[in-house]
Amino acid sequence: MKFQLMAGLASLVMLGASASADEIVFDGFPDFNSHLDILIPDYEETHPGVSISYRMNQHGDHHKKLTTNLATGSGAGDVVVVDVSFVGSFINAGGFENLSSPEYGADAMSEDFVGYAWSQGKGADGNQYAIPVDIGPGVMYYRRDLAESVGADMEKAITDWDSYIEYGRKLKEKNVYLIADAADVAQIIIYTTIKDGEGYYFDENGKPLVTSERFVKAFSVAKQIRDEGLDGQIQAWTNEWYEGFKNGTVATQLSGAWLLGHLQNWMAPDTAGLWGASNLPDGIYGSWGGSFLAIPKQAKNKKEAWEFIKYLTNTSEAQLAGMKNIGSFPALTGTYGDAAFEESIDFLDGQKARLLFAEVANKVPAVAPRKGDLIADDLVIRGALYEVLNDGKDVEAALRDAERLIKRRVK
Amino acid sequence: MSITGSQIDGVAVATAPAARKRRLSKSLKKRLIPWLFISPFIILFLTFTLFPMLFSVYLSVHEWNPVAGLSSMEYVGLANYQLTLTDPWLWQSLYNTVWLAVVSGVPQHLLAIPVAYLLVTGLRGGLRHFYTAFMFIPYITSTVAVSLIFFSIYSANSGILNQMLLGLSDMPVFSWFFSWVPDVMPIRWLTSSDLLKPSIAMVVIWKYTGFNIVVYSAGFLTVSRDLYDAARVDGCNRWQQFWHVALPMIRPFVFFAVTLTIIGNLQLFEEPFVLTQAQSGGVAQAGLTASYYLYLVGWQWLEMGSAAAISWILFLFIAIATSVHFYFNGRKGLGEDR
Repeated sequence: MKFQLMAGLASLVMLGASASADEIVFDGFPDFNSHLDILIPDYEETHPGVSISYRMNQHGDHHKKLTTNLATGSGAGDVVVVDVSFVGSFINAGGFENLSSPEYGADAMSEDFVGYAWSQGKGADGNQYAIPVDIGPGVMYYRRDLAESVGADMEKAITDWDSYIEYGRKLKEKNVYLIADAADVAQIIIYTTIKDGEGYYFDENGKPLVTSERFVKAFSVAKQIRDEGLDGQIQAWTNEWYEGFKNGTVATQLSGAWLLGHLQNWMAPDTAGLWGASNLPDGIYGSWGGSFLAIPKQAKNKKEAWEFIKYLTNTSEAQLAGMKNIGSFPALTGTYGDAAFEESIDFLDGQKARLLFAEVANKVPAVAPRKGDLIADDLVIRGALYEVLNDGKDVEAALRDAERLIKRRVK
Repeated sequence: MSITGSQIDGVAVATAPAARKRRLSKSLKKRLIPWLFISPFIILFLTFTLFPMLFSVYLSVHEWNPVAGLSSMEYVGLANYQLTLTDPWLWQSLYNTVWLAVVSGVPQHLLAIPVAYLLVTGLRGGLRHFYTAFMFIPYITSTVAVSLIFFSIYSANSGILNQMLLGLSDMPVFSWFFSWVPDVMPIRWLTSSDLLKPSIAMVVIWKYTGFNIVVYSAGFLTVSRDLYDAARVDGCNRWQQFWHVALPMIRPFVFFAVTLTIIGNLQLFEEPFVLTQAQSGGVAQAGLTASYYLYLVGWQWLEMGSAAAISWILFLFIAIATSVHFYFNGRKGLGEDR
């Protein structure tokens, strides 16, 4: 009996001890685990007393779990990953620590990061709530063999949208699609050709911009590509999409730099050496995807969480390891001088593409996300755009309807 | 249980106070123990059914972005209902829901009734069980897995459905009927707004017909042989036996199966969600069902109050549809006239 009591006491003490030790829980989605598996042992060694564990859920589930955690004020990790598409809605809702406050002093590091990514982590109040950990500089991947077969010069083909479409017409004669989905073109024009002070969908006063010139142009270019039969009408992340990359029936894909990792690892490994990367057409600079790290207000171990975030985002060691381990592109500009960027990439026929990615990253204009972006994105890209492309609805009418819906929903 | 309890109380009156006290506590125990045994259900029911239901009523009169935490709830009265009821996407989604409920619901029964009848009258025990089980498999297969497979089947350029149609257009006799196929290829089953709904309906029919076959098989088995014999004596042929004897006799089963179909189809979610790749209901929101929409509003747009209002509107809608069905078919359906 006495022994049992002692044992019980001892285990209680141990429990207490383990809770008070600096334990950090990291909530994210794959492939972050592959990255953390390599980094955590080193970090724990150099930071005695700190122990880090992680919980991984699929991308969609992770954000749903995080939503529930923030709603109920419990269950979130000390460090959480937020995808760029959710960051605007999440950071403006007040569930995350203000990293600009003196305890954190995040503003001092702002110069170290890619400008546009840094400002995506800023709330509407101008404070920093999330720190970029990886980014997706927008580029165009293209098949070198297909370009050769029609005798096209890619530098010329990307001069503007007309030359891009002209390239598509040549490809069509050979039964090759210019692009999988014309909607991608509309999307990148919407996301990149933003005037200073405008948001993606709203101006400074929260007024929707979707009937403006930028949207009309985006929709019209996409519609022209669709109407001339230059796109495959193939949805991204479907078997047909992968087939197009494998068989060479699709000549270009506008995407974040990260597509390279997917192409060479599993989508089309046999096409190594046939691909190239270039700037986006029409001289635009944009981004696709990216992830941020934040500390929920409910986190138990904020101080150590912040130290770990700083390690993951603001050290060349961790940022370059991410590029090596999981192909995530660094958000920390200081890394771009590293020798790894000079490496030629066999999959892209020896092109030193990382230099291109870095150049793009530095030129992407900064646009701060706004509260209604998620809703507007659904209503415009997945609503109005496909009505125009697939159902032949008039561009201006579709945009007017979308604007009306946005005004109803976003106040 | 309470009867046993009071009997013991009755006996206890005649005994000494101490013993009485003991018996009382014993009877109290006897009364509490049943509650203890059903407490797992009650606790689960309260936590996962009743509480969320009441909470969603509360939620539907508030504006709440879940990401901002519980304290950010703001009372807005009926504004959510007002906003929702004037929302074009809600009406679109209700229209889609009804369309899918009818087009995917009716064929299930039109197919299941004759098949079940043939199984019951034409096959003996073992073989019938085998076929019934075989046709029940789609029902117990994961909806998401089924929808993903159908997604590949429907695929425009490489899907097996389009390849099959092309093949048929080349074959000698069939080419008469399928000569139009090469002209319209590739048929975009899932990315054109007019084909999306029928494509979803096909998946639903494929998946749930088997379940109805099982229900109707059970129904036909309850029909006594004597009735068929009597009908035969009166000169009924096989068709008349089916139409005038078997079918009227399984009315309660039809009623039961149709009720389940109405409720199930009005809550359709997974099939359209997977087949549209979670792209906000597909082209022109042709595949956006009501449950899909409330998911979108709550989890994608983070407007929980509005989503709760939609769910109550959907509930009301299902309740009305079911009660109309009960009103017209209920009496006979429940077999009260027999």
